[in-house]
Amino acid sequence: MKYVDEYRAGEIAGRLAREIRRTSARLGDPPLKLMEVCGGHTHTIFKYGIEDLLPSNIQMIHGPGCPVCVIPLGRVDDALAIARRDGVIFTTFGDMMRVPGSKTSLLQAKAEGADVRMVYSPLDALKLAKRNPDREVVFLALGFETTAPSTALTVMAAAQEDVRNFSVFCNHIMIVPALKALLDSPDLKLDGFVGPGHVSAVIGARVYEFVPLEYGKPLVVSGFEPLDVLQSVSMIVKQIAESRAEVENQYSRFVSRDGNANAMAAICEVFESRDYFEWRGLGSIAHSGLKLRKRYSRFDAELRFDAPGLRIADPKACQCGEILKGVKKPWECKVFGTACTPETPIGSCMVSSEGACAAYYNFGRLSKVAERSEAVKA
Amino acid sequence: MEFTTSALFERVERARRRKPRVKDEFITLAHGAGGKAMHELVEGLFLDYFRNPLLEALEDQAVFEIAGNGRAPRLAFTTDSYVVTPLFFPGGDIGRLAVCGTVNDLAMSGARPLYLSAGFIIEEGFPVADLKRVLQSMRDTAEEAGVQIVTGDTKVVQRGGADKLFINTAGIGLIEHGARFSAANARAGDRVILSGPMGDHGATVMIARGELELETDIRSDVAPLWQLVEAMLETPAGIRAMRDPTRGGVATTLNEIALASEVCLRIDESALPVRDEVKGACEILGLDPLYLSNEGGLVAVVAADVADQLVARMRQCPLGRDARVIGAAQAEPPGIVVLKTDFGGTRIVDMLVGDQAPRIC
Repeated sequence: MKYVDEYRAGEIAGRLAREIRRTSARLGDPPLKLMEVCGGHTHTIFKYGIEDLLPSNIQMIHGPGCPVCVIPLGRVDDALAIARRDGVIFTTFGDMMRVPGSKTSLLQAKAEGADVRMVYSPLDALKLAKRNPDREVVFLALGFETTAPSTALTVMAAAQEDVRNFSVFCNHIMIVPALKALLDSPDLKLDGFVGPGHVSAVIGARVYEFVPLEYGKPLVVSGFEPLDVLQSVSMIVKQIAESRAEVENQYSRFVSRDGNANAMAAICEVFESRDYFEWRGLGSIAHSGLKLRKRYSRFDAELRFDAPGLRIADPKACQCGEILKGVKKPWECKVFGTACTPETPIGSCMVSSEGACAAYYNFGRLSKVAERSEAVKA
Repeated sequence: MEFTTSALFERVERARRRKPRVKDEFITLAHGAGGKAMHELVEGLFLDYFRNPLLEALEDQAVFEIAGNGRAPRLAFTTDSYVVTPLFFPGGDIGRLAVCGTVNDLAMSGARPLYLSAGFIIEEGFPVADLKRVLQSMRDTAEEAGVQIVTGDTKVVQRGGADKLFINTAGIGLIEHGARFSAANARAGDRVILSGPMGDHGATVMIARGELELETDIRSDVAPLWQLVEAMLETPAGIRAMRDPTRGGVATTLNEIALASEVCLRIDESALPVRDEVKGACEILGLDPLYLSNEGGLVAVVAADVADQLVARMRQCPLGRDARVIGAAQAEPPGIVVLKTDFGGTRIVDMLVGDQAPRIC
């Protein structure tokens, strides 16, 4: 555990913060807008109060890299339709249980009698299928290339052992098409990226080279400890100050240039890209989602069960889209903190602790509260 | 950071303090997880139906006089049900838990625990050998805590009607001093004391369920707290509030006190004790030890001038060896728990929403 603490030392943080302030002072106005793509980074930034340490001319924009936050309403409704069928045991990760569909969530469906169970890995779902041969066990798979390999290996195991009552409702997505969509978005002006960490361990740092080459923006692949994030910000600011735009790897203890060939091979064996996949708030993005290949299609829950497959518009009050793109800050959303709170989320950004709104609600209200108290005293 | 208005935060705080209401059509597991949903259930439903001055205090026990003339001895009365899975876990079992939980709720009011009741709901097919193990453990723990189990009840339900074994205990204790502890008594300037490492019980049970395929040496801290409390009561004068951080952990207990007392509790992360094993498990699973339960620890809010003396006395007791001051109460902003991180930042520690779930990626 000592190892982890080293990445949280306050003293080094102070030194890095001073360095960032010095470098960015030379850049002056307007403020630099840096996006952390991953929800994990968003969580770290809020949990450790990293924005407190950054100068005012550096703004962190919280990106769409939280898989729970970008799942669209229609997919949740499909999941609910499958989960409510007789004989189905519907399994998924904990956070996903609370994401509201157009009417209800998996957690509520469970209370109403659907057999919905939380699992910690897709292999647990496969085990459940083997233990319950008379039931249909469905696993809702979601996440970027980080979690796709374990889903792929599970499907391969199911095929090998010929487990016929197991299937996957696949919502895996890919990070690179999402990044491209963000960079092509006209209302978004970003100066650099804190690049994904865990995802990059699978896909490698090299795949991001289009970001500096085609868009001229620096990207630093970053770890998830607070010092990692602060150092990555420092590296980006330095690149900008020196008029460089490159992919740099701050997380080299974990991420290589080429990624993990075995994990990629597993993904390619089982999955192929969908023509389009809808992202909450961002709309349809070409080749951004994964589905099971034909040779594994017997494990595809979408083919096995009739799901409505409807596209459902986000609730009107909800501004998840603008928030996921960083165009709006969480507190600029009309329902933030009042109608939409972590216990009664309207938008998915409020569900996962890695969503920008939940992170801001749980950890980031302080400066505002303090400010209000100051006002009260004055 | 730039903020255009502070009206927003008044908006959020207003929403946060809205009268709790249960809007759900069905009870979900979140209603039992010790966080916000459970508070809504208790305050928005149970309190609404059963309202009376003793219940309204929403303490972990009711404290009342038998005669009501102001001079009679005061009694503390409490009840709790135990549905833990698995029934046996490193460091304890459902029987030890059932005795300690009720004894500790009595002790938190400063009452000497005297008598317990025990109700058993047993699923058809439950092994008698396991029941004997549970009863033996209850007998040993009751002896350790100095209480007697004096009345009880048994029901057997059809297979599937309950999960193996549920136990309910209720307890009565006697308050032998004049002090009145309440979560609403904390004042600015007070100190917050924690008796030992956070999250041992929660982490142990989560891992003992076997779903995570982790192997560790973590043991539950489940233990009766009366001896520790008795030592603290040698100087009851400066003690304002005591609670045991069970469901929802230290974070939830601190929030309850901050809200009831309308103060801000400012906690220092570097002062928070967490065992390396618990910390390691939390790192792997993406959990926060602040929200994991203890069953043999207590949080006390005490006057600043008695804090050091109390900590020194607590450290002489086996369950208080790691006791320490973890923070202080201040006036602003009221109703909020603030954590000063090791990293140099600050953040709000809110009540838990739903169950803590391991992260996805």
